[in-house]
Amino acid sequence: MRTTWRSIVVLFLAGGLLAGCASTQEPAEQPIEEPPPQAAPTPTVVEPEPEPQDFNSSGQPIGPSGNVLSTTFYFELDQARLSQRDLRLLELHAEVLKRNSDRRVIVEGHCDERGTREYNLALGERRADAIASFLSSAGISGRQTDTVSYGEERPADAGHDETAWRKNRRAVLIYR
Amino acid sequence: MKIVFLCLLMGLTGLIQALEIVIDTGSDDPIKIAVVPFSTFDETQEISSIISFDLVRSGQFAPLEADNMLSYPQQPTEVYFRDWRVLGMDYVLIGSVREAQEGVLRVAYHLFDVPQQKQIRTSTIQAPQEKLRDIAHKVSDDIYEEITGIRGAFSTRIAYVLVENIGTDYASYKLEIADADGERAETLFASPQPLLSPSWSPDGTRLAYVTFEQGRPTIVIQDLLTGTRESIPAYRGLNSAPAFSPDGTRLALVLSKDGNPEIYTLDLRSKELRRVTRYRSAIDTEPTWAADGRGIIFTSDRGGKPQIYRVDLDTLLTDRLTFYGDYNARARLLPGGEHLIYVHRENGIFHIAWQDLEGVDGIPRVLTRTALDESPSVAPNGAMLIYATQDRGRGILAVVSIDGQVKYKLPSSSGDVREPAWSPFLDMLSTSSGT
Repeated sequence: MRTTWRSIVVLFLAGGLLAGCASTQEPAEQPIEEPPPQAAPTPTVVEPEPEPQDFNSSGQPIGPSGNVLSTTFYFELDQARLSQRDLRLLELHAEVLKRNSDRRVIVEGHCDERGTREYNLALGERRADAIASFLSSAGISGRQTDTVSYGEERPADAGHDETAWRKNRRAVLIYR
Repeated sequence: MKIVFLCLLMGLTGLIQALEIVIDTGSDDPIKIAVVPFSTFDETQEISSIISFDLVRSGQFAPLEADNMLSYPQQPTEVYFRDWRVLGMDYVLIGSVREAQEGVLRVAYHLFDVPQQKQIRTSTIQAPQEKLRDIAHKVSDDIYEEITGIRGAFSTRIAYVLVENIGTDYASYKLEIADADGERAETLFASPQPLLSPSWSPDGTRLAYVTFEQGRPTIVIQDLLTGTRESIPAYRGLNSAPAFSPDGTRLALVLSKDGNPEIYTLDLRSKELRRVTRYRSAIDTEPTWAADGRGIIFTSDRGGKPQIYRVDLDTLLTDRLTFYGDYNARARLLPGGEHLIYVHRENGIFHIAWQDLEGVDGIPRVLTRTALDESPSVAPNGAMLIYATQDRGRGILAVVSIDGQVKYKLPSSSGDVREPAWSPFLDMLSTSSGT
């Protein structure tokens, strides 16, 4: 639970950040010019609008547009490369993590079933590391991220064709 | 092929096994042998059936059906070679099963060369009743070696992972071992989390493997006799791909604690860890030992794609072994150290291939016709290898002879099987080995 003081500071920051996000069209939250002198909680003094939530009631991370942020990233065969779109999405996750330093994210790395099992364990880790590495460069401390590779052991789709394989070459962010 | 299939039926005793055997193809020119039903003090013909099935599975023999035999000698004096020459037999095996004392069997056998009309081998084996299958496999080993000159591997076991309800929330993973013929399967460890990479200690008493029971990959060594499990010290990142050294004192393994997956050796007594590969940002994994314990062969993508390399443990100098194809991984040496088998991708399809390390061309020769092949493991006599593959959407194990001629499959009726590891030679008849 946040105190009003912290909410105000967060709103200020959020407003500043949203104003800087060129990719969204949402109007920025109205920043408060001055904090009130006491920390007494008086919500009605602060804002007519509700606090922006970083997580919905199901615990899923919410982006600036109010939509749930996707937590799964997909990869090409044998690769651990993130696309520009992936990186933009990861920036939004980084924002959520920055605003919620008590939360952490576990990055799971996965592979499709082709190739050898142990190499795939390592490749899954490479994919998870690619994401953790980007979050780190976005200012998220190592205390807030952890990685685990499942290699090909935990397929999202147990099928044996390209449709299944494409779904299995993935990294997943698990928020805690 | 019909003979082979009927022999398969002769061999099955109706027990429900975790692994079945389905024979695909046999040798073009098998050795013809008559395994005459042994004389027994009870009604069962188990020993002869087990021996016949062992010989069939090697792919090098075509045992004669008992119904086609002209006589059923029980003693050497009853062997009339004409009865066997007429049927085109190369060899005849006869034997007897007696009770030496309560609960103890004495099995005697006599092997005859038909064209030469003489006995070439005879022996007597005494062991407790419950080791009946082990006695039969020992007889198979003996006659296989007598006839082919190669040590038999019928008294060996295979470890593997059985996955039930795969892809569901209640998937279960079991590390199991069974006889090389699929019989006497038993579960060593069961977990709702993945298990992989079983590796036998050279004396056959322990298995190292990777487990996700702590929520990430860690290595455990399990004693097969006592059941105790020892956790290898785990680090951040990967703890995987364990491999016992040939003298059993060290474990090769993969750790990524220093930034990327590298190969280390761990002294099992002193727990001293030694790093063996040093290529930054590459994946180095899947170590396997050279027989003299002074080199390790491993997979690395330091060149961009997975290839096989060898590192000298004294100098840490590394050289590349595979040069054809864009994916070569998970190598195993054949006994003798001159041949390598590995997973090889060709046209997007994963096969098992072998390569002559002494030859000049380094060209892989594909051994398997199945697809999505992985995890090859060689029998200790180097004559056969077992690997994992897919059959109609199911994970199965398959065995192929090193010359690629003989193939059989081991599916399981309960789930997907994978990650086979062929045991070293085992002394199944002494009371302290096997379980």
